[in-house]
Amino acid sequence: MSGRQFVVSKEDWSLHRKGEIDRQRHREKVREAIKKNLADIVSEESIIMHDGQKIIKVPIRTLDEYHFRYDHRKRKHAGQGDGESKVGDVLHSEPQQGPGKGKGAGEEPGIDYYETEITIDELAELIFEDLGLPNLEQKKKQQLASDAVEFKDVRKKGIASNIDRKRTIMEVLKRNALKGKPGLHEITPDDLRFKTWEVTVKYESSAVVLAMMDTSGSMGPFEKYIARSFFFWMVRFLRTKYSNVQIVFLAHHTEAQETTEEEFFTKGASGGTRCSSVYKLALEVIENRYSPQDYNIYAFHFSDGDNLASDNDHCVKLAGELLNFCNMVGYGEIEGPYYYTSTLRSAFKRIIDPKFTCVSIRDKSGVYPALKKFFSRDPI
Amino acid sequence: MVKNELSLLEESIEMIVAKAREFNLDFYNMLFEICPADVIYTFGAYGMPTRYSHWTFGKAYHKMKTQYDYNLGRIYEMVINSDPCYAFLLEGNSLIQNKLVVAHVLAHSDFFKNNIYFKNTSHAMVESMAAAAERFREYEFKFGRERVEAFIDAVISIQEHVEPRTFIKKEKEPPEEKQNSLCRNRERKTPYDDLWVLGEPCHCPEEGLEKPKKFPAEPEKDLMLFILQHARDLEEWQRDIMSAVRQEMLYFWPQMETKIINEGWAAYWHLRIIREMDLTSEEAVEFAKMHAGVIQTSRTHLNPYYLGLKIFEDIEKRWDDPAPEEKEKYGRPGREGREKIFEVRATENDISFLRNYLTKELVEELYLYLYQKVGFDWKIVEKDWEKVRNGLVNSLVNCGYPYIIVEDGDFNKRGELYLKHHYEGVELDVHYVEKTLPHVYTLWGRAVHIETVIDDKPVLFTYNGEKGSKRFL
Repeated sequence: MSGRQFVVSKEDWSLHRKGEIDRQRHREKVREAIKKNLADIVSEESIIMHDGQKIIKVPIRTLDEYHFRYDHRKRKHAGQGDGESKVGDVLHSEPQQGPGKGKGAGEEPGIDYYETEITIDELAELIFEDLGLPNLEQKKKQQLASDAVEFKDVRKKGIASNIDRKRTIMEVLKRNALKGKPGLHEITPDDLRFKTWEVTVKYESSAVVLAMMDTSGSMGPFEKYIARSFFFWMVRFLRTKYSNVQIVFLAHHTEAQETTEEEFFTKGASGGTRCSSVYKLALEVIENRYSPQDYNIYAFHFSDGDNLASDNDHCVKLAGELLNFCNMVGYGEIEGPYYYTSTLRSAFKRIIDPKFTCVSIRDKSGVYPALKKFFSRDPI
Repeated sequence: MVKNELSLLEESIEMIVAKAREFNLDFYNMLFEICPADVIYTFGAYGMPTRYSHWTFGKAYHKMKTQYDYNLGRIYEMVINSDPCYAFLLEGNSLIQNKLVVAHVLAHSDFFKNNIYFKNTSHAMVESMAAAAERFREYEFKFGRERVEAFIDAVISIQEHVEPRTFIKKEKEPPEEKQNSLCRNRERKTPYDDLWVLGEPCHCPEEGLEKPKKFPAEPEKDLMLFILQHARDLEEWQRDIMSAVRQEMLYFWPQMETKIINEGWAAYWHLRIIREMDLTSEEAVEFAKMHAGVIQTSRTHLNPYYLGLKIFEDIEKRWDDPAPEEKEKYGRPGREGREKIFEVRATENDISFLRNYLTKELVEELYLYLYQKVGFDWKIVEKDWEKVRNGLVNSLVNCGYPYIIVEDGDFNKRGELYLKHHYEGVELDVHYVEKTLPHVYTLWGRAVHIETVIDDKPVLFTYNGEKGSKRFL
């Protein structure tokens, strides 16, 4: 046996970043995929109904690595038992969907989601990237603040990723020139310059949002769910993007009342619908608490449009009054399974005002477009 | 790792190597490298330290790393089929863990060096892959990252479709020459004449014009090669990527088709070698724990370490001490166990290993079964030993990938690609077929079709660059 047949070594692997780099790329692709599917994801039940858990699973289809493969549901697999196992033993059962809940995942062909985990905050960030409060005006009372990060300073210490190449090279050139050996060589730690940021607070005009929702008997679970999804993201959006925006929750059937946020989303009511009641209440709230001189006022109302026919004219009139005070009035009508000939929406068609926005939502995927329409930075 | 620990490890390796030699293991020179977890997991995800960069590896890495971080799974080592043989040990392994791992990888190295299926693998693949990765990076600079990435997406969608048995395949003839065996103008004296003229070009000129030439002349299993050679619009860099990915697949293929036998061999030897070492009682317990972890069984899949180990031990027993019937029937004298397992490790792959040596007794002793989806339940459906063995063997055919061939490279006389799936009772995943075809289209540049069977009826899936369609034939 000649010589040693092995070598043991331990190199410095600290610069080995390959896996991390590709992992990063994968994460980017996941984000892209999520952005493409926002319309579906925004109204995911697991998110809207989530009970405080921070991480949610988002199903994404585009990140599968497609290739020709067997349908594993249609082939036999081998396993190993413990001596007790016999033919007919069930190893694993797939969850069955109850009737009426639509197609279960197991029945649809080829559903093999790649599930990715994402925090609600990350998702919110993606959704809100393009949203803003429209028609903001300078008002007397400045309360609204949002943080802004600006690179303003150059320092000798900092994060490697923020290195200021140009200034660093200038330092090297200067030092070398002083030493009598001009040129770009030998970068010493002393030459390094870093860009550094400062956080500045931007003051913006203050705003109040009036969230109005129909809670009458005709608002079924689906309609409520849609309104709820919309308000869920709206509230989140306002709270993440601006540090001090006020939201007033108004629920109505034939009569309107102000509720807490929790009540607003959880309480069910019944009875008929008189939409004018909530517009009236909104006007009162504005009059008593939020002077249009101090606040930008936004009013959003969600209903299935099944209003008392005699009340529609009154609504149009009150909405017109609201428009005098508000930067924007939004009305979202949720089209339920029933067909109404004269809904509130058709009555609202008479209002011609650039500050009035009307959307109708047919299904879950309509929530995101509605958000985008109401909260576009530039008015439509 | 402290200096002292490193030298302690070296001493142990010295002893283990000597012991392995005593057992007649014949391995390459070894390079052991101690790496931190994220590096080992990177290698695990990429299959190689120097492989090209792609988001799919990032995805695999993320998965493995997360499992490690949550303590759900752990790779102790990673070994590369190369000469000299690289073995990467996880930093933070205890000394006894490393001892087991070293014994284990020596057996892998012996297997790489001696198993027939590895005869044609390149021993310099580490370097080739590094060079390919470098070229891919250059392409990204030149042609744009998105474009190269999208192309690699397409290539890897069919990367399994290569022909690993190149050494038993006839050399490909250049397209202008005609197949001798098809030439009927040559006068035959005996039915075997065509055997004697193999390799001699045929000189009759009109043959090709008389009847339309089939293209390819023989169905081609190597989709990657066929497309890379015959796709019309591929650019040079694209062919290079295809060719490099194909080479890498050919390099990995023998490892994929010897998973059970190779792991079984390594488990067999780490057990034998460590048994011969002096261990403290703590070490003995830790070793036993770790070995038990390695051979842990599962109700839903087979553990290749355990199955392979059991088969090797069974072979050794049956050749050492044959039953009277075996003695009489096969003329086995006995005491040939060791010799026999060395022969098996040199000549078999998983399929032949199971077909030849997974006996009735073993299937029953190991409680093997087949299970299948029945309604909403996954149920055990078969325990009969022959059916279990055959089911197992079938699942390993073509490394578990569907067998797909190029039937026609000029389909419809429009240069379209017609693929055919050799249906053997298991249907393809239709959703995946529909999603893979556009990738194939990206490569081929014209409409692509694949014929397969669904509900016992032949069906043709097509993608024409705009939309996919399906029709029964």
